Amino acid sequence: MANEKKTVWTKKDLLGLEYLSREEIEHILYTAASFKEVTTRQIKKVPALRGKTVVNLFYEPSTRTRISFELAAKRLSADVINVGVESSSVRKGETLIDTGKNIEALKIDIIVVRHDCSGAPNILARSVKASVVNAGDGWHEHPTQALLDIFTLKSKLGRIEGLNVSIIGDIAHSRVARSNIWGLTKLGAKVTVCAPKMLIPDGIEKMGVKVTNDLDEAITEADAINVLRMQLERDTSGAFPTKIDFFKQYGISEERLKKCKKDIVVMHPGPINRGVEMSSGVADGLNSVILEQVTNGIAVRMAVLYLVAHAKRN
Amino acid sequence: MQLKEKSKILDEGSIDKALKRMAHEIIEATKTTDDTVLIGIKNRGAYIAERLADHMKAISKSRPPVGALDITLYRDDLTQVSEQPVVHATEITFDIENKRIVLVDDVLFTGRTIRCALDALIDFGRPRLIQLAVLVDRGHRELPIRADYVGKNIPTNVNEVVEVRLSESDGKDEVVLCEKPA
Repeated sequence: MANEKKTVWTKKDLLGLEYLSREEIEHILYTAASFKEVTTRQIKKVPALRGKTVVNLFYEPSTRTRISFELAAKRLSADVINVGVESSSVRKGETLIDTGKNIEALKIDIIVVRHDCSGAPNILARSVKASVVNAGDGWHEHPTQALLDIFTLKSKLGRIEGLNVSIIGDIAHSRVARSNIWGLTKLGAKVTVCAPKMLIPDGIEKMGVKVTNDLDEAITEADAINVLRMQLERDTSGAFPTKIDFFKQYGISEERLKKCKKDIVVMHPGPINRGVEMSSGVADGLNSVILEQVTNGIAVRMAVLYLVAHAKRN
Repeated sequence: MQLKEKSKILDEGSIDKALKRMAHEIIEATKTTDDTVLIGIKNRGAYIAERLADHMKAISKSRPPVGALDITLYRDDLTQVSEQPVVHATEITFDIENKRIVLVDDVLFTGRTIRCALDALIDFGRPRLIQLAVLVDRGHRELPIRADYVGKNIPTNVNEVVEVRLSESDGKDEVVLCEKPA
């Protein structure tokens, strides 16, 4: 086997796809495929992280990501602690670094952190010896979400290289979009982002993506689309007074899907606003892989936890 | 780690003869109901398991199911090895409940790999019987584990390395005795 003797993964943290090489991303995907097999067994447990402790430190509310990380850790036989920030010392004003150092004093091995400030996981990673995994920071990155999106895409279409992938929705406020752009471009996909003008961040073309405000232009030649959740409250332009106005211009309806490639893969990070960014017909239709994304999330997160836990610390 | 080759223990012909004999022995020990499955330990154990199954088909006209097991996640030395091992997928597509499993590996040394394989198999179900077939037994067990079917017994020193090379992964068939540098 080509990679047997050379260690591909050496990082103690996963902070974002921006910092990873193509080889490192492919290594995570390969490892995730092995872990996917574990999730199909009767006894869905392996002892790989036995005796290790994982803390879910979520400064922002989350259900699906937190549960996904918790399940991934438990399936690796790790011990899991959930720290919900509302009920912790953070309310008494404890700083992020102090929280991290206190957790480290408890001999925790991995901290999975979600925070509303971009870069918070990076600060934490520099301050503690434990591994830090970014579960979403501000508008910056959500690396495990992008990894499971790419994993799902690869399992449906066999490759990422050369695919036309369009990301549709509130790009400006989306860490999922940014992580996906990093990951997909590094693996050789052609990425298009599509949104109303005020939701496209300035300078995003520098990330190597095509930009359009026209939904039909974005999806007609696409092999896959990743539809982001639209929070209409965030849009202050007044361009979309009601949900139906947004759906007419930027929503993925069954009629719109008929103009696309027959086997187009439809993704969504969830939770879906049915009738806003996507119709129920599309969300539940044959092209949708939304539920597979959720299932694959466990395998991908198991791979990430396994790799950071066993990265050699020099 | 650069190893120094000392001598060739088995050549292509000897490997083939040993596997043929082991296939006969496995069939000889089969009870009236054939519930035998072969499970090879990745990577080379899996290739050897496929070859054993082919030999068994040539002898008895029926080929047992073959699976491949990756034991990386069950190792007890992950924090000590210098290179981080790659996790490959396990491929066991059949039910192992009540089956007679013949575990297959290339070299039996300390026995720790087999211990991992036993733990992994128990997670898949409850087999009726687990036996072990190895191409080479080189001694120096650290756990109470023994092989039922052995291709060749080779006495070795602890600082020696037995390298099994197979055409599927290394381009040719041979078993070579090497020495670790001083």
